[in-house]
Amino acid sequence: MTPLQILFIVVAAATLGAALMVVSVRNLVHAALWLVVALMGIAIFYVLLNAGFLAVAQVVIYIGAIAILMIFTIMLTRRVASESKPQVNPNWGWALAIAVLLFAGLAWILSSWSGFNTQTTALAARADPLRDLGLALVAPDAYVLPFELASVLLLAALIGAIVVAWEKKI
Amino acid sequence: MADPINLIATWLQGLLAGWGLAPEVVNFVMTALGVVVIAIFVLLLDIFLVWLERKTVARFQDRLGPNRLGPYGLFQPIADVIKLLIKEDITPKGADKVVFNIAPILALATVLLLWAVIPFAPNLVGTDVNVGVLYIVAIGAISTLGIIMAGWAANNKYALLGAFRTVAQMVSYEVPMVMILLVPVILAGSMGVNKIVASQSWWYIVMVPVAAIVFLISSIAEIGRAPFDLSEAESEIVAGFHIEYTGMKFGLFYAGELLHALTIGALFATFFLGGWRGPFTDQIPILGVGYLFVKAFFIYWVIMWVKYSLPRLRIDHMLNFNWKFLTPLSITIVILVAILDKLLAGVARPVYAGVMLLANLLVAWAALSIARSRTRHGPARVGEPRPVAVPPKPAGATPKPPVSTTP
Repeated sequence: MTPLQILFIVVAAATLGAALMVVSVRNLVHAALWLVVALMGIAIFYVLLNAGFLAVAQVVIYIGAIAILMIFTIMLTRRVASESKPQVNPNWGWALAIAVLLFAGLAWILSSWSGFNTQTTALAARADPLRDLGLALVAPDAYVLPFELASVLLLAALIGAIVVAWEKKI
Repeated sequence: MADPINLIATWLQGLLAGWGLAPEVVNFVMTALGVVVIAIFVLLLDIFLVWLERKTVARFQDRLGPNRLGPYGLFQPIADVIKLLIKEDITPKGADKVVFNIAPILALATVLLLWAVIPFAPNLVGTDVNVGVLYIVAIGAISTLGIIMAGWAANNKYALLGAFRTVAQMVSYEVPMVMILLVPVILAGSMGVNKIVASQSWWYIVMVPVAAIVFLISSIAEIGRAPFDLSEAESEIVAGFHIEYTGMKFGLFYAGELLHALTIGALFATFFLGGWRGPFTDQIPILGVGYLFVKAFFIYWVIMWVKYSLPRLRIDHMLNFNWKFLTPLSITIVILVAILDKLLAGVARPVYAGVMLLANLLVAWAALSIARSRTRHGPARVGEPRPVAVPPKPAGATPKPPVSTTP
């Protein structure tokens, strides 16, 4: 077993454990912090796959923005962090059914996949994945349309937030 | 002799391989050793920083500073560390023990992590990742998390208020900081920190001084030093997020803050002052370490100079300054630099630098004159005075009705 494989197993176990804690702890702030651990684990997977840009983007967006926003929301809402509330709402049966179906679907797809034993191939020394990604995002024959659509959507959200928060001056 | 550190690394690698270890394991051991060496070096530097900070603030305030222990009081921080270590370690009642204990570690560790991408010399860098700049931003995001955890877990309302303030400050000042970090990226054409240094045959502070200043201001806010130290405003919320921490746990926050200031100095030196660049680095690469630290300590001194000269800002002023001045300014600078960089492709370096400098000065002048035209002179009137006692009017004047004092 190579050191990388050992690292992968450790990180995978930690990520799954953290994800389990997210849904099972009663304290909401703790759940959010466990979510941070799980997201960090995903970032480490990206690093192991030589996708440095995705790894840091994962940390900046999911930990730096989304997780902090969640923790903030929980802290600012009175008494939701107490441990006396029930952990499930009446829709838990549907959620369970969908989760089981999704897992079964994924397992079924992966069972026919033959790439479990492939080793990661080293990237060519000259290759700069970041440059390739950047060019692909603005190339007309690649992803420029989805990229621009996402930009417009985010801009609309930004302007919307300003409009909502605008203090009407009389 | 020109490059002792890589010499030692090569020798050690040969030694480990000679013991019959697999190349992967040798690689792993060398990486781990590198991490330990950089971390220990930076942490030892941190102890010295306590002395430096206290001496400098003493000079600013016309005092002597620590001068009893050892020459020039040099051993004072060691005594401080021993004191912090043997102090009683208190966990407040109702605190969230695990989170409470992880927070100070996270606060110091995030600062240490930044040193992984700072190039010390042309061939001496922790890890030269091609997304170095983004990595720095990501680590900044994690340090915010450490402060939230500290403030929440202490079960103290002042700590929580301090954490809220810090997060509001860090999240908003991150915006101009990230924007402005794009400027060296555009100029160098790479996100790798070492490439940014290598391409600075002209220091970027000469080309884009406004970007450099915005970066310095937003990073001072990011580390929460005066005039942006709202999060620990002693007169309002006692000590902010680290109010309940004692002994070495407080020490970790303190060390983290000092080290963060020096780290900002090193980052500023790397992005705008040419990092390890200096005379004779081509022949003797190890000189680069010296150059980097001279520049980093100079910026550290500037940060201290600002800290001990300016009073604390009010929170709404601070946020207004960020959103209404720094953010538009940094967006303008980024757009301008990107357009000029494309327009000036292939132009001789002095012309390129000159046009960039001119554009920057123009933007600075425009921004300052817009800001000046909106300045309010004198304090804002938030209400009319209601005198309780009215002086007697001279005879003949019509008596005014008495002013009601009940609200």
